[in-house]
Amino acid sequence: MADASRSSEQAAGPASRRPPALVIRPSRGWASLDLRELWKYRDLLFILASRDVKLRYKQTALGVIWVVLQPLAAAVIFAAIFGALARMPSDGAPYVLFVLSGLLPWNFFAGALQRAGNSLVADSRLISKVYFPRLIIPLASTAAALVDFAVTLAVFGGLMLAFQTPLTWRLLTVPLFLALTLLTAVGMGLWLSALNVQYRDFAYALPFLVQVWMYASPVVYATSLIPAGWRQLYSLNPAVGFVEGFRWALLGSGTLTVGMVVATLGIGLAISVSGAYVFRRIEQGFADVL
Amino acid sequence: MTEIALQVAGLGKRYRIAHRSGTRRYRTLREDMLALPRRAWRLIRSGGLGHETFWALRDVSFELKQGEVLGIIGRNGAGKSTLLKILARITQPTTGQAVVYGRVGSLLEVGTGFHPELTGRENIYLSGAVLGMTRREVTRKFDEIVAFAEVEKFLDIPAKHYSSGMYMRLAFAVAAHLEPEILLVDEVLAVGDAEFQKKCLGKMSSVARAGRTVLFVSHNLVAVASLCHSGLVLSEGQGVFHGSATAAVEHYGMARQATSRVTDLRSRLDRSGNGRLRFVSVSFRTAHPGEGNVIRSGVSLVVAAAYEAESAEPLRNVTISIPFYGASGQAVFNCWTRLSGRDFDSLPARGVIFLEIPRMPLRAGLYSINLWCEVNGLQADWIQEAAQLEVEEGDFYGTGVVAPDTYGPFLVEHRFRCEALPAAGEALVVKEGA
Repeated sequence: MADASRSSEQAAGPASRRPPALVIRPSRGWASLDLRELWKYRDLLFILASRDVKLRYKQTALGVIWVVLQPLAAAVIFAAIFGALARMPSDGAPYVLFVLSGLLPWNFFAGALQRAGNSLVADSRLISKVYFPRLIIPLASTAAALVDFAVTLAVFGGLMLAFQTPLTWRLLTVPLFLALTLLTAVGMGLWLSALNVQYRDFAYALPFLVQVWMYASPVVYATSLIPAGWRQLYSLNPAVGFVEGFRWALLGSGTLTVGMVVATLGIGLAISVSGAYVFRRIEQGFADVL
Repeated sequence: MTEIALQVAGLGKRYRIAHRSGTRRYRTLREDMLALPRRAWRLIRSGGLGHETFWALRDVSFELKQGEVLGIIGRNGAGKSTLLKILARITQPTTGQAVVYGRVGSLLEVGTGFHPELTGRENIYLSGAVLGMTRREVTRKFDEIVAFAEVEKFLDIPAKHYSSGMYMRLAFAVAAHLEPEILLVDEVLAVGDAEFQKKCLGKMSSVARAGRTVLFVSHNLVAVASLCHSGLVLSEGQGVFHGSATAAVEHYGMARQATSRVTDLRSRLDRSGNGRLRFVSVSFRTAHPGEGNVIRSGVSLVVAAAYEAESAEPLRNVTISIPFYGASGQAVFNCWTRLSGRDFDSLPARGVIFLEIPRMPLRAGLYSINLWCEVNGLQADWIQEAAQLEVEEGDFYGTGVVAPDTYGPFLVEHRFRCEALPAAGEALVVKEGA
């Protein structure tokens, strides 16, 4: 019926009239990010993110309470140890609020890293059975972490009222610093998720990395503890910029400098762009490895 | 209608073979770092990185016109799934290219994206999005999907509480309402009960009639012959026949018989296990000789599986399993030393294992067997679809009556008798006395 030679004659006509929707061929080297296709799949991003959120809140009896309790308990413990016992400076704010203002962006950042890092392996069945832009998966995980952030932010608002912290125009800059956090989180998430497919070691290294990174950032202590001569080097840690940013926006305290913000923005951008390209490059082999 | 929908030219896919320990395909940093000197040394010695590779698909070319339904047949490991995965863009080809005209939808499994914790409603949206539909599209077809799946009452219950039939129906309903120009379907019909399969086949043929281009991979030769316009036979990664669907099914059947009575297994690379024992060949022996792998219902069958051990020492604690599968891949029965209480305490380093089935209970049809072996509790060798056999109608009951093919795959020895019951009043007395 479809004799090979005969049908190839026919192919010349119609094939040349109609542009191919798609050419599948082996790709070498760096692929483009193809943001247009990503945009076409935005519904999938939203649905996967809401799946992650629903599953998280459905499978645990206490649901939202965990999201609130965990940072609160951590803040109280850190406040007791560093504030009450070690009497470390908190730049004027109550130590609990001081710590919580750091934990707020940090927990979002760490949560996004953890979720994104394991996302591809967790969704390996999807990857081996159906095509869609793979970038969607770590991006959706990061987006899901935003819900936890929103919950903790609400709790923090309540605490600010309780402690009668003055509300200033600086609160309006919170979205900017959230964007800054998101930028770094997305970039790191892309790197980690892609590498985790190739090297499963990253699943074990990740909690360790997150912990070390937290102590290398001004989450539970103040940047003012860092000797002035070292602060520039310290600011190369992109987390310094967004943690101090949140503290400044929420409490009006801390040692935020323009340099920190610029450094975080620059490094965050670099991590995100490189992460996206590395991801796209490694992505071609995902289905064969997973 | 004669416009080209898909043009495949010289498509090939090469995989690197995993090490003997086998199933782990990802790497660890430590391994990679430790392997660096060795790899460098190999590079210097051989002038190239010598990976063991095999071609899952090699130089496959064909064309598909719009509205054509192509059936792809071939045994396990012939490259059917690899071909679909490349066309679905799940994995990349190593060579060649495919030009696709139109939106591609792939249905490589029933229930892609389903999550048991989510409700039916949530799963419809999730699965729809995963398969490439927008939320608006799913909303538009929502009622149709629900009606097709017959799950109206259970929409807001988590899918984990569904019966497997409901789960399957819902999953297929979502996929069936995808409206791509080119649809890739893999073996989804091998699961589910007969009624569900019928429903799927019905949907498939209506999709085909609607002028959609379909690529259909299946073991079910009957379905291929009846649903498809054309057929492509793959063998060891290569296209060995391309023609009308019935001709392809015939070709496949002949190719299978031509594989002779002794099936050599040494060239089978798609096996797993630690290799303490390896099956090297398998053959069928039957009471009425001379017909290759064709045997008759009701006669005795002996499966002879020759093996070699890795070392010269005898093997201890050997468990053998030889399961039988039907044409669409469903398990029919399993012959397993553990079931029959005859694990081998010791086996010679080289030998032939004989499995005897005194009276073949399967009805006419195509079947295949797997070979599986465990030595000392560890899987030593596992070959899926090690050999095919064809069973033809036989006089199982010795009555000259051949069973009609509407009552399942088995013929079971049976006897009827009748005993007279006591009259109703007497029965009552007995019951009261007890």
